[in-house]
Amino acid sequence: MDFNDTPQEAGFRVQAREWIAANRPADWQNKAGGRDQDGIAISKAWQKKKYDAGWACIHWPKEFGGRGATPIERVIWSQEEGELGALSGLFIIGQGMCAPTIMAHGSQVAKARHVPKIASGEEIWCQLFSEPGSGSDLAGLRTRAEKQGDEWVINGQKIWTSGAHYSDYGILITRTDPTVAKHKGLTMFYLDMRSPGVTIKPIKQVSGRSDFNEVYFADVRIPDSQRLGEVGEGWKVSLTTLMNERLAVGGGFPTNFEEMFEMAKVIEDEDGPAIDNASVREKLADWYIRSAGLRNTSYRMISALSRGQAPGPEASISKLVLGVNRLNMASTMLDIQDAYGVISQKDLAVNGGQFHEIFFRAVAHRIEGGTDEILRNIIAERVLGLPGDIRVDKDLPFNKIPTGAN
Amino acid sequence: MNFEFSDDQKLLKEQARGFLQSKCSTKEVRRILDGKEPYHPELWKGVAEMGWLGASIPEEYGGLGLGYLELCVIAEELGRAVAPIPFSSTVYLFAEAVLIAGTEAQKQKYLPKVSEGAIIGALALSEGAGAVTPKTIKTSAAGGKLTGVKLPVTDGDVADYAVVAAKTGAGNDEGSISLFIVDMKGAGVKAEAVDTVDPTRSHARVSFDGAAAEPLGATGQGWAILDKVFDRAAVLYAFEQVGGSQAALEMARDYAMGRYAFGRPIASFQAIKHKLADMYVATELARSNSYYGAWALSTDAPELAIAAATARVSATEAYHECSKENIQVHGGMGFTWEFDCHLHYRRSKVLSLVLGSLPRWKDRLISRLEERNAA
Repeated sequence: MDFNDTPQEAGFRVQAREWIAANRPADWQNKAGGRDQDGIAISKAWQKKKYDAGWACIHWPKEFGGRGATPIERVIWSQEEGELGALSGLFIIGQGMCAPTIMAHGSQVAKARHVPKIASGEEIWCQLFSEPGSGSDLAGLRTRAEKQGDEWVINGQKIWTSGAHYSDYGILITRTDPTVAKHKGLTMFYLDMRSPGVTIKPIKQVSGRSDFNEVYFADVRIPDSQRLGEVGEGWKVSLTTLMNERLAVGGGFPTNFEEMFEMAKVIEDEDGPAIDNASVREKLADWYIRSAGLRNTSYRMISALSRGQAPGPEASISKLVLGVNRLNMASTMLDIQDAYGVISQKDLAVNGGQFHEIFFRAVAHRIEGGTDEILRNIIAERVLGLPGDIRVDKDLPFNKIPTGAN
Repeated sequence: MNFEFSDDQKLLKEQARGFLQSKCSTKEVRRILDGKEPYHPELWKGVAEMGWLGASIPEEYGGLGLGYLELCVIAEELGRAVAPIPFSSTVYLFAEAVLIAGTEAQKQKYLPKVSEGAIIGALALSEGAGAVTPKTIKTSAAGGKLTGVKLPVTDGDVADYAVVAAKTGAGNDEGSISLFIVDMKGAGVKAEAVDTVDPTRSHARVSFDGAAAEPLGATGQGWAILDKVFDRAAVLYAFEQVGGSQAALEMARDYAMGRYAFGRPIASFQAIKHKLADMYVATELARSNSYYGAWALSTDAPELAIAAATARVSATEAYHECSKENIQVHGGMGFTWEFDCHLHYRRSKVLSLVLGSLPRWKDRLISRLEERNAA
């Protein structure tokens, strides 16, 4: 065991480090992650700079703007990019989910026209999958696509679409045949988000922010040339996207252990700092071993990649552990402030309200990209080999499946 | 980055598993559980012949000199097999204490005998209920003679030699404690076995009445040496716990697949699937943390203090969860003596207490993090 690069990896790391040092944007910290004009502009500028030098989507083939990098080189690149990676959040869905779907199922024209622009950040894409009536049971979706000549006419509603309001394009899964079993009547498309008939409404979240949208479709027309995969094969196509989604969402959140640890040293009551309290120590220890466990699990994954192997099934545990534990730890961080913990106003709140934000944001972390419950099913079925759920609607025509009041 | 065991180490692990499958079946473990023997003598002999007792002992002291990573993979398999032998007391505790603090003469005297399986070692620390601290140690040593009662001492009834912690100074600070090696078959030593939660591992009450005591390490250094022994042993025990967790998880899985209720395998119910998924997650986190501990141990890294506590806490929790939920998955049959579930439930508790309990290790972990951040 050792934590050293192989000579090849070390060479690549130097190359990446030198390029980043010579090209890193100035004055980006305050704007990174913002979804206003400034935030989008600085993200796009950095992405384009990387693209022009061959450092965007480096694991993609050259023809699409990548450099055919190995998985371990991708890991090294992201380590070297470090905090600057916050500038790439805007493109995660397009690069992580939409582009792989287009590369696998799109026409030559679609690939040539869009994939390089997704890599360069010139086009921002979103994913139109979830609906009010179909979340975990995605294949129960009801947005209709009906063929009229060379076009498809779309009617229905999507929800939880990240970034719909600033996206240029989206990939869209629809029902094209409600008379066959639910997985069989689906078809995938992509569309221009500025098409007539598309209405985007932001969702006000528990956190008070609006990162997601509802998207309504009223007689929206999509040319048949923008179909991804065959008619009725939409489920198969969507699996490409979803497989990539779990990879993209999983590691995206920090554990914040160090901030929590420091805060427990700072907050005091008459018995001294909170960290001297046995129950606080125990909670910190519980979180530390999980945070360390995830870090050390990622070392195992990176080792596998370094040897040219696929990571083992342990890769699937990250989001399941992070979501609920971040939520509980943020709650503990408010507890140790006692009555003061209610204050979330930034100028008064402890740590500028960081833990209040996590307290709300982590609620969604447990749901998005596969709920805790779905992830446990996945581990149980794909890792441990337990039987799949009994699906009472599997062989019924979609329009005969019972639906509840909600 | 190479955060994996080497092909040679994996091969050793496979060999260890194969050996234990043939020599340490559940039937053999139950021979010790149900019988009067304190440990499994043929298995002990076999393990010595395989060279495992000296896996990490340098060649100059009669060991194989392989290293700690090799010892870790062996520990994982011993834990998986619930091996009923005094391996941990002899290798992780006695031999490590001698390696850390022994004089050249002491190393020459004891370690070759450990390697060849000629002696069993133990560590005598606890004297009553509650966490062991310098204050709770009443056993005292003066003029080369040791007097006091240690309870419980793992493998105290079968050990040939024990490292004993005793008071040599006034007061209750760490400097008041020193370590001694005592010949357990010598005059003034009486050991009687006591009943414990896990009859497959022997424990004893050991009384010292003016027993001859040979200093191990400098006077007043006992507590500091124990700290080092505990860090190393915590990693090795963690691998036993990970092996046990994995075995309990697999038992639960196999039973759930074969047991039918309401016309279907109980493994198809989400209540069971989610339980097994949680057992898997706990086991993987413990495994990853134990790997990090193994790296720190094998390279004697400054991170060892934190890595060992992290491995210890997560492996203890994982084995507790897996061993208790394995019983739950088995339902009523899990509560019978006949089914093997309780072998893990018992071993899990013994392993979680032998080096000090979970709350104590969580506290130790946070103290280590405080020290690191202050530095």
